[in-house]
Parts: sequence; structure tokens; C-alpha cells
Amino acid sequence: MKAIVNVSLKAGVLDSQGKAVHHALESIHFNNVSDVRVGKQIILKLDESDETKAMSDVTKMCEELLANTVIEDYNIELIK
Amino acid sequence: MKVIILQFPGTNCEYDTKHAFESLGADTEILWHKSETVPNDTDLLVVAGGFSYGDYLRSGAIAKFSPVMRAVTKYANNGGKVLGICNGFQVLTEAGLLPGALKRNESLHFLSKHHHLKIINNDNVFLEKLDNNDVVNVPIAHHDGNYYIDADGLKELYENNQIILKYCDKDGNEKNPNGSVDSIAGICNKERNVFGLMPHPERAMEKLLGSDDGIKMLQGFLEA
Repeated sequence: MKAIVNVSLKAGVLDSQGKAVHHALESIHFNNVSDVRVGKQIILKLDESDETKAMSDVTKMCEELLANTVIEDYNIELIK
Repeated sequence: MKVIILQFPGTNCEYDTKHAFESLGADTEILWHKSETVPNDTDLLVVAGGFSYGDYLRSGAIAKFSPVMRAVTKYANNGGKVLGICNGFQVLTEAGLLPGALKRNESLHFLSKHHHLKIINNDNVFLEKLDNNDVVNVPIAHHDGNYYIDADGLKELYENNQIILKYCDKDGNEKNPNGSVDSIAGICNKERNVFGLMPHPERAMEKLLGSDDGIKMLQGFLEA
């Protein structure tokens, strides 16, 4: 099983990289973008077939290491 | 006075820190991160600056799981004095020993220059040699120095006088180089034994190198 973890700054926490990318997009004339948030993706290959167990493990990984929940949100997608 | 200085893979300010404390008359020892204990005679434990684990994932995120950090947490919880400088500050927030987090600088640039700081609260061993509203000139050198804490956390910092340093100009007017909430440059925990700051007092020990304001800051620990 694979777990795809997306980590990004919480809504309300200023994302300077997102802002810079937004400006750059405008400078190359993509004027229809209203907001940009930059995050990171962490792809885990898991030796686990139980989805509930996998979800609970990856949630713990996010809480303890993969995300800093003071400033970041995460979401987890499991792929069989 | 025994100062223990932590060294992770990627730490690069441990020798400056050692030199700074030795010039003030302290005994120092550099402690590799694999150590599972903190020496019994430690008077101050410094988490030095640098780029522990290459800043991979987030600054300080991997270092917090180094074996020595469990001992550091125990030491701090028993009232031991801990000072985190720059990457050390990031490690201490990641480890939960200090509140908040350090984000990428608002300008996205790495900042390396002297900056003025205002003493906001000297009611602690670190800054007791200085007066409130004193201005010091100390180098900053960071990419992730943008201090963040939510509104409730910020209120708590103010209520408990945990904000010890803010960025300012030479006249003491607030001036924010990196986007930190309320221009915060340094804080302490509620118990006033764990300190973290992004600027580098250990790099301000010689007038010839631009400033010796770091002496008055670090000296506080020696006379405690």
C-alpha cells in the first residue's frame, strides 16, 4: 500500500512562497489565479494491508514528524 | 560554570559558541547528539546554531528525535537552563520545549547581517545584565526565522512576559526583518529556564568584528 501525504501551511498562516509563485504567474500573464499555496508531498510505501491500521499509523507519523501542526495541516490518501 | 554545547550532524556554530563562553571564563564541552545523557555538572546547555540534518523536512524536525534530546527534555523539565540559538531555537520549538514555530522568512531570502534588538523583558537569568528597552546589535543569519504563534499563544506570551527580545532599528523602534509575529526575536518558557532566539550573541563578542554586545547577554548565565 502507498500513502500520499500532503503537507501545507494552515489557512490563515501567511504562505510567502505561495505569494511569490502567485506574483510570478501574474508576471507571465496568468491573471486568472486567485490564490497559490505551496506545500510538500511525502510518498510512503507501506508494508501493511490493513487500511485502518495504515491510516492510524500514518496519522501518527504526521502528528509526530511529517507535519508541524503549529503551522501546518496535512491530509493522507491511501492507494492500494 | 560548565556549559554543554550540543552538536548534531550539520551544526556549525558549536565552536563559536565554545569560544564565546570560554572567553567569559566558563568550562565548555561539546556533546555529540548520540549521547543519551547530559553531564551531571551541567550549568547551561546550549543548542547551537547551524543546519542540523540539513534542515531536511523542516528546520529542527529531525534533530528533535536525536537520542540526546530526550535527556535535554528531562534536564529542562527538572529546571536545567537551556539556550537555543538560531537552529537551536528551531529545535526547541520542534521539541515542544518552547511554544510557536519558525517559518521561512517573509522575503524568502536568507538573511545574514547585523540587526538591532530591543530587550523586552530582563526578568530572567539570560538578560538580567541588561535593562528593559536597551538596544543591542547582534548578527542574524537565517532562512527560517519568521516566528509564528497563534493569537491565543501570543496572548499567553505577553501575559507571562515570555517575549524577551524584539527586532528593532538602532533607536529602538520596531523593525521587522523576517515577518515574525510582533517582530519577536527571542522568547523563554513560562518557567524561565528555557530560552530561544534567532540572532547569534556568540558572534557578537569582539568590537573588531562589529559588536561585542553578545558579552552582556551571555554573561547573565555565568553569574546566575
